[in-house]
Amino acid sequence: MARRAVPISIATGAGVAVAALVLAVIALPLGAVLLRADAGSGLGPADWAAVRFTIWQALLSAALSVGLAIPVARALARRDFAGRRALIALMGAPFILPVIVAVLGLLAVFGRQGGISAVLRFLGLPELEIYGWQGVVLAHVFFNLPLAVRLILQGWLAIPAERFRLAATLGFTSRDIARHMERPMLRNVAPGAFLVIFLISTTSFAVALTLGGGPRATTVELAIYQAFLFEFDLGRAALLGLVQVGICVVAGAFVIWGTKPNLAGTGLDQPVRRWDARGPGARLLDGALILAAAAFLLLPIMAVVTRGAGAITGLPPGIWMAALRSILLSLATAILSVGLALPMAILIARGRARGLLEVIGALSIAVSPLVIGIGLFLILRPVTSPTNAALPITGLVNALAALPFVLRALVPGVEQAEAGYSRLALSLGLSGPQYLRHVLLPRLRRPLGFGAGLAAALAMGDLGVVTLFAAPGQGTLPLEMYRLMGAYRTDDAAGAALLLLILSLGVFWIFDRGGRVNAAT
Amino acid sequence: MLRLEGISLGFDDFTLAVDLDVPKGGRLAVLGASGSGKTTLLSVIAGFLAPDRGRILMDGADVTGAPVPDRPLSILFQEGNLFPHLSALDNVALGLRPDLRLDEETRSRVEEALVQVGLAGVSSRRPGGLSGGQRSRVALARMLLRNKPLALLDEPFAALDPGLRAEMMALVADLCEVTGLTLVMVSHDLRDAERLCDALILMRDGHIVTRGAVTELTQNPPDTLKPWL
Repeated sequence: MARRAVPISIATGAGVAVAALVLAVIALPLGAVLLRADAGSGLGPADWAAVRFTIWQALLSAALSVGLAIPVARALARRDFAGRRALIALMGAPFILPVIVAVLGLLAVFGRQGGISAVLRFLGLPELEIYGWQGVVLAHVFFNLPLAVRLILQGWLAIPAERFRLAATLGFTSRDIARHMERPMLRNVAPGAFLVIFLISTTSFAVALTLGGGPRATTVELAIYQAFLFEFDLGRAALLGLVQVGICVVAGAFVIWGTKPNLAGTGLDQPVRRWDARGPGARLLDGALILAAAAFLLLPIMAVVTRGAGAITGLPPGIWMAALRSILLSLATAILSVGLALPMAILIARGRARGLLEVIGALSIAVSPLVIGIGLFLILRPVTSPTNAALPITGLVNALAALPFVLRALVPGVEQAEAGYSRLALSLGLSGPQYLRHVLLPRLRRPLGFGAGLAAALAMGDLGVVTLFAAPGQGTLPLEMYRLMGAYRTDDAAGAALLLLILSLGVFWIFDRGGRVNAAT
Repeated sequence: MLRLEGISLGFDDFTLAVDLDVPKGGRLAVLGASGSGKTTLLSVIAGFLAPDRGRILMDGADVTGAPVPDRPLSILFQEGNLFPHLSALDNVALGLRPDLRLDEETRSRVEEALVQVGLAGVSSRRPGGLSGGQRSRVALARMLLRNKPLALLDEPFAALDPGLRAEMMALVADLCEVTGLTLVMVSHDLRDAERLCDALILMRDGHIVTRGAVTELTQNPPDTLKPWL
């Protein structure tokens, strides 16, 4: 195959340099962790329990998310109603919803003081117990059910419309359609969705920190945090870090093996016309499923809004300072993440060592932020107090964590721009900064805005590596909110949650909207 | 055999308004540019879309409100006629038994239909292992097996190369001769109409602007048809 014309070599050089930097920033801390790992003592019974719980809860979370998503996705695929598009868009929101905000919302709905428990009490039934494995799995399903619905809905909508028409002319019943059309599609799509959710759930930290804990609900990530912060057993924390890397690498390999391409989540706005689902029973069932899914997603968010509305104006000054730190951190993360991703995306789009670059870009999924954070702590400690560098370390780790998603947003846009304009640019002698300015950037405004928004929102809501380093009073908004929850200052926590929700959605909206305005494509 | 009386259907800024009569055993070509309403017309006949007004009669019976499976017709689409995970034999057998519980008699009928369209020996292959022409033949075999009096063809051979396309047209013509099938075929190409049909209508903006016998219209083409020659 002929190689495409390459107008600028400066970008290629920058891409190689950035890829090397990303590799170094992940590999060096990992190496430091490896050297420090206390392999001699091995894993204790509590550590093995954490490994078992991590895998078990991830399997259960993935199974429940996918199992519940299948009927919801089918209902959304075959029904058209006012608000359908908004509901599907809302299903993308949990990705940028801060975990700590969602946890507060889930506590408000499913906790002892929540509406569900009140109904159960009224009926004379035992209340729900949200702390422990149940809460961890519930929160994971809350975050991952929408993702599963979107992935499976895409599979449903990928079945050619002609096939449903053909089924109608052949007199297929719902059972025939399930057998010949839906189950073959699900066999392709559902395992990929299951594996992605399994991987996400194995890296769970903030959910386990807030709802789990104790011998029966501690994930490996939480065990790392406890070993580091409470016991200051760096050898054990490092060893657990390696175990976590092992779990993620195995889960990641399964994801790569089991997922099908084209899971971009586009084109979900048209329902499929179905002639087998017109009966009142099917309509009622689909309506109930859609309502239940919408309520499951919306009620916790609405609870955060209603409880926080009265408290937001009375927040203590320390929370506003934390909010300011979070805003600065999220902006810095967005800039850094996009700055790292763009040169790599150009290199990937040009097909140079594409596989290797994609692996480097996705490394942060396999190496958890906590492990990188501990590695950076080990590297920096002889030089300076890591507490002094808490925010820069958090920004760097967050930028690396967002990198796979920003790359995923940018690469197709770069490929399109290069395919359409690289030869023209070459003939006009556009190179280096001119090529970037006149060809690439105008065509990448949308994905750049989206990617920056994603990175900013993820950083805004992150409750990960910052928990390791930030001194009291120096934390980000999610950390200060977690501390308020721990101190049972529920009103202040509710106000902080609403502020965090507004800021997370706000930074995403501003970047995403900014990218769309006057976009060339 | 097929009569459309005062059919009209509007959506967005498009309105389909058609009166039509196709005699038993007749073969009608529906010509028109993209967006002229050809496929919408077929969808109304098949029951995928319900008309706002008018009646659809098949063999004298009013089927305007009849569910899709209850209409005496088969349809071939441009794509998506076969299920990729099923063998050629199972794809054809779906026309008789959607649950694929095939007894010996059904199985032999299916194999006979495959032989009739020139596909002996490929019954166990899946669509991915068949050529474009063979896939079209599998879909035709199913249509044949269903033995419905009306066939709707929505450009099923448009993706085939010209030689194969002519071959498929000839095969359909033979099958129509043998079975007495009534045919309505959507096409972009007047040559398809000449090969297979005895009458044609030309559609523009949801309306029929020209209608008549194919031989007559091609020998003395009205202005509306001249760009298609």
